[in-house]
Amino acid sequence: MSSTFLGMPAVPPRSPYGTGNLRGERTFPAAAHDELRNEQLRGNLRKATHTIRGKRLAVTGELPDWERLRDAGSAIKTDTMNRLPELLEQLEGKVTEHGGTVHWARDGAEANEIVARLVEETGSDEVIKVKSMATQEIGLNEHLATRGITAYETDLAELIVQLADDKPSHILVPAIHRNRREVRDIFRAAIPGVDPGLDSVPAHLAAAARAYLREKFMTVPVAVSGANFGIAETGTLSVVESEGNGRMCLTMPDTLITVMGIEKVLPRYRDLEVFLQLLPRSSTGERMNPYTSLWTGVTPGDGPQAFHLVLLDNGRTAALADRIGREALNCIRCSACLNVCPVYERAGGHAYGSTYPGPIGAVLTPQLAGMHAAKNDPNSSLPFASSLCGACFDACPVKIDIPSLLVELRHQHTEQAGTTAEKLAMKAAAAVMKRPRLFTAAQKAAGPGGRLVAGRDRKISRLPAPFDGWTDSRDVPAPPRRTFRDWLASGEGEATLRAAAEEGARTADHPHEEEIR
Amino acid sequence: MTVTARETVLGRIRDALTLARPAEVTAPRAYRTGRTLPDDERLALFVDRLVDYKAQVRTCTADRAPAVIADALHEHGARRAGAPTDLDPAWLAAYDGEVQWDSPDIPARRLGELDGVVTASAAGCAETGTIFLNGGPGQGRRALSLVPDLHVCIVDLSSVVPGVPEAVARLIPERPTTLISGPSATSDIELERVEGVHGPRNLVVVIRTDS
Repeated sequence: MSSTFLGMPAVPPRSPYGTGNLRGERTFPAAAHDELRNEQLRGNLRKATHTIRGKRLAVTGELPDWERLRDAGSAIKTDTMNRLPELLEQLEGKVTEHGGTVHWARDGAEANEIVARLVEETGSDEVIKVKSMATQEIGLNEHLATRGITAYETDLAELIVQLADDKPSHILVPAIHRNRREVRDIFRAAIPGVDPGLDSVPAHLAAAARAYLREKFMTVPVAVSGANFGIAETGTLSVVESEGNGRMCLTMPDTLITVMGIEKVLPRYRDLEVFLQLLPRSSTGERMNPYTSLWTGVTPGDGPQAFHLVLLDNGRTAALADRIGREALNCIRCSACLNVCPVYERAGGHAYGSTYPGPIGAVLTPQLAGMHAAKNDPNSSLPFASSLCGACFDACPVKIDIPSLLVELRHQHTEQAGTTAEKLAMKAAAAVMKRPRLFTAAQKAAGPGGRLVAGRDRKISRLPAPFDGWTDSRDVPAPPRRTFRDWLASGEGEATLRAAAEEGARTADHPHEEEIR
Repeated sequence: MTVTARETVLGRIRDALTLARPAEVTAPRAYRTGRTLPDDERLALFVDRLVDYKAQVRTCTADRAPAVIADALHEHGARRAGAPTDLDPAWLAAYDGEVQWDSPDIPARRLGELDGVVTASAAGCAETGTIFLNGGPGQGRRALSLVPDLHVCIVDLSSVVPGVPEAVARLIPERPTTLISGPSATSDIELERVEGVHGPRNLVVVIRTDS
């Protein structure tokens, strides 16, 4: 035991309700309902997710040690979470030693305030931004705007989203819901001085963005970035990117402010050898992304001469306090789980209402911001935005067991918020199922009535309360004429069972037959 | 005494780890490390990967390098090329355009007036076609290899290693380091890869096979 008694540990708070971008206005089913009608969106998403799936499989298949890299990545992240306090203090010490300044933020509002103050101290009323999930999560741009500071997003997709006054819908490619013609129209309408004859060829659209942002890179004196990794051992920060906008922002301005979630720390510089293999191959399906920048504090004569690192909690410690849920903090934001998810592919990112969409968003968002912060909290619907097919688990480079996390969150939701009627019905069902005779009687009773209310397609699409929640989003098949238990007790059932047992006994004599084949 | 955000956040983490005690883990590093490959295989792999990501590759012996560098600059119409102060001047001996030796007095935005830049490199990774720059000899400040639209980068085959772990082991953490794999690119519109956004749109890699 420690000699200083610090009192009982308290459960850390979630991201404060009503701040940032960790909660939508509607539940997932309600939002998805509208998105599903958008055929353009579904077409765009289908094309994009299928393209990237193929690329990811090709480049992960190239590495004979891919699974061993995943094992290492998973264990390094778990070890990181276990040792978070010492690693963050080590990171802070190293960044400071190399001329940087470290700030701590309990929540998004505090981080926003720190960044705004730092920008104001430089005298600039503009900042250029590298794509960053953390600053999106806390709504930094909106906060800076209230202080008269204009933030220019410099990632092409973020620029598209910003110019269209839209919201990101994907972790990696936030404008995935837009096709080239839509992007052309957005650029024509919103980029000052753009060629009115601009066409929809992606290369031409990229060139238009280059011309527009070039001047910003050369003149705006402050940049704000996120970080993919922060190395405790050396104080080195890292941004992984493709377009060179990251390099521009990290190199050209006088002042650099980096906002990093506390879970992004890694113990050793050497750990980069794992994550620089896992991240690009899982993310864009490339062997390596075009550019990765690594910097440690301030380097005289090279790049920004003022560097600030803002370490952000905003509900991360609340997630850490959940033995099962904390695994979601291992996420390296590659977005592979989005690209393989059948639910994401159809509903799109906006339906999740959070900065973090898709399977990982459905487990991360409720843990950062809570599920029951208000009546009918939209976040309480997120753990149900999944078919539990498990594709996300297979794709995750750090092996986050997203399906199990979803089930755990569903459990927590039911524990906290199960309606009385639902709970009563479940209790009644449990009582009946525990007594075989009663269960048989109930099945017999349900049969004729159920078949009567079912339509010609033998489906019941609306159950009475309290079961109506079930049929809101799915049909129930009509009860069969003969129950499984009836069948099992019949001669046919007995014969089938006997045959299966004999088959089992035969294969038990040759247990390795399957493997050899 | 007011509690600082630092104390609060660290306290919360300690509380979280007390409430849900973690099980100890040691990271298994069973993936490939410390690999070596013969020169010809390393070269072939490196070139294959560079070309796949649309870098232009020239291989030559060290004595031919100045002519190859001059050719590359000429081919891209570069009449004015930048170079780090400590770049070996012999490398630019065959170039007949204007050379602007870099200096801290030149504002980074003025680097846009250069048609191209010639630098050395710290290391290369064959399996991913990646070049590492870290401000070492002949590599210059980061802005120099970023702002001009053409980057001619000289890589010695002896500094090219098979994989990422071998390359990371060669880096010096305190130095500002840039990993470059092909010219800048984006896949932000319909996930269709477009080469050339903000960084140099043309990357020429000159591999000196006997250095």
